Amino acid sequence: MSDIPINLKYANSHEWVRVGGDEAIIGISDHAQEELTELVFIELPEVGSELAMGDPCAVVESVKTASDIYSPLSGEVIETNDALETEPGTVNEDPYGDGWFFKIRLSNLDELDALLSPDDYAEQLN
Amino acid sequence: MEEKSLKRTALFETHTALGARMVGFGGWEMPVLYSGILQEHHAVRQAAGLFDISHMGEFQFDGPDAIEFLNQLLTNDLAKLSTGQGQYTLLCQDDGGVIDDLYAYRLGDTRYLLIVNASRLEVDWMWIKAQHNSRHKSLQLEMTDLSGDLAAMALQGPKAAEIIADVFPAAVELLKNQIAELDFGRATAWVSRTGYTGEDGFELVVPNNQAAALWAQLTSLGQALGLVPAGLGARDTLRTEAGYSLYGHELTAATTPIEAALGWAVALDKPSFTGRETLAAQKQDGVSRRCVAFKMTGKSAPPRAQYKIFSADGTDREIGEVTSGTQSPSLGCGIGLGYVETAHAKSGTNIEIEIRNRCFPAQIVRRPIFKKPG
Repeated sequence: MSDIPINLKYANSHEWVRVGGDEAIIGISDHAQEELTELVFIELPEVGSELAMGDPCAVVESVKTASDIYSPLSGEVIETNDALETEPGTVNEDPYGDGWFFKIRLSNLDELDALLSPDDYAEQLN
Repeated sequence: MEEKSLKRTALFETHTALGARMVGFGGWEMPVLYSGILQEHHAVRQAAGLFDISHMGEFQFDGPDAIEFLNQLLTNDLAKLSTGQGQYTLLCQDDGGVIDDLYAYRLGDTRYLLIVNASRLEVDWMWIKAQHNSRHKSLQLEMTDLSGDLAAMALQGPKAAEIIADVFPAAVELLKNQIAELDFGRATAWVSRTGYTGEDGFELVVPNNQAAALWAQLTSLGQALGLVPAGLGARDTLRTEAGYSLYGHELTAATTPIEAALGWAVALDKPSFTGRETLAAQKQDGVSRRCVAFKMTGKSAPPRAQYKIFSADGTDREIGEVTSGTQSPSLGCGIGLGYVETAHAKSGTNIEIEIRNRCFPAQIVRRPIFKKPG
């Protein structure tokens, strides 16, 4: 059973969101990292880039395959976790902590209502 | 949907008990990983790994004309084998296109064993039977598909010999590519010094009902030496580092052994065999494309099958395609195999790999892509 912290929101595509004011930190869920297997390469969005909800915004690669990560919200990327570029395995070890992907300044707070609660996300995984 | 029809090996219960993640491969439900692909990969390079390869097929041929028949179908020369020896070889169509790549062993004076890919087993068997019924009807031999009754595993890595010594003392004496029929309890095991990882190791074939016992015995003997169960994920990264071809990637019905850089397994001195005309012509006149190994030379995402290859000579021309690619766990960089125009196929040639619409530098290298120092 994978870990689903109760203080976060989730997207159908297995990203998590930690909201603080009009900013949000985004990463991928424990379930996602487990399904992807050990990550060996991560491509993050550029700081300053504008993302729309659902845009492919990062790429994660395991030894076997490359997968897109989708932005769960719209806004401007204001910070990225560049440490992942040299230590992609951090996402496997600590998906909700040091394994965060990027920080975004939200352009549409209404989109938060479309995200899944921890219970809804747990339901989706069953 | 597809899952329903997947076959299970005699070691299926063993894998689930070990917590393996199972995937479909060549019609079989196989373990892709246990603890993790990277850990399993490193264990095989540094100590040992045990792989279930029961999905592979075993065909036995016996009779006074078995060698003549097989030599008409396979590219390598079985006459070079004395009893107890094996060789890498290919089964080709008339036009030289590869039906399968396989190992052929001489088990006795007139008895031969072929070990074929799971994904090609049925195609191979139908082709071989049809060849006998049409072109080679007069040749006297019996052929048996033993695949359903047999399990197989590969014990690979620098500690493999030390581990196998307690179960099959005689196996340690085998030289590379040799095979022996050895007792395992009341059953007979085929043990060969072969593998698909670039490491020393053995492949062991036993009756299905002996598989779990042999697996358990090897695992308990190997544990203290660092042996781990290893899945298809590590099998693929290991064989890619070794530069070995995989059917469906480097080899297809549309590629020939000469194009695939496997000319060393084509015995053109045999007067006739299926595909010989094309292969001899290609050997003499050259081929327009060739399978090469390459390494990424700068920071980039790993190359993947079907990514395009461009020239790095300033013309930026598309010159080929990647057929296998991954991040090399041993080297820490992207590596791959692929086909390029022959003019670009020499080792040392700089090329570029297109990854998500951007080109990244790479260089053609000799096989194996990874070789342990010393």
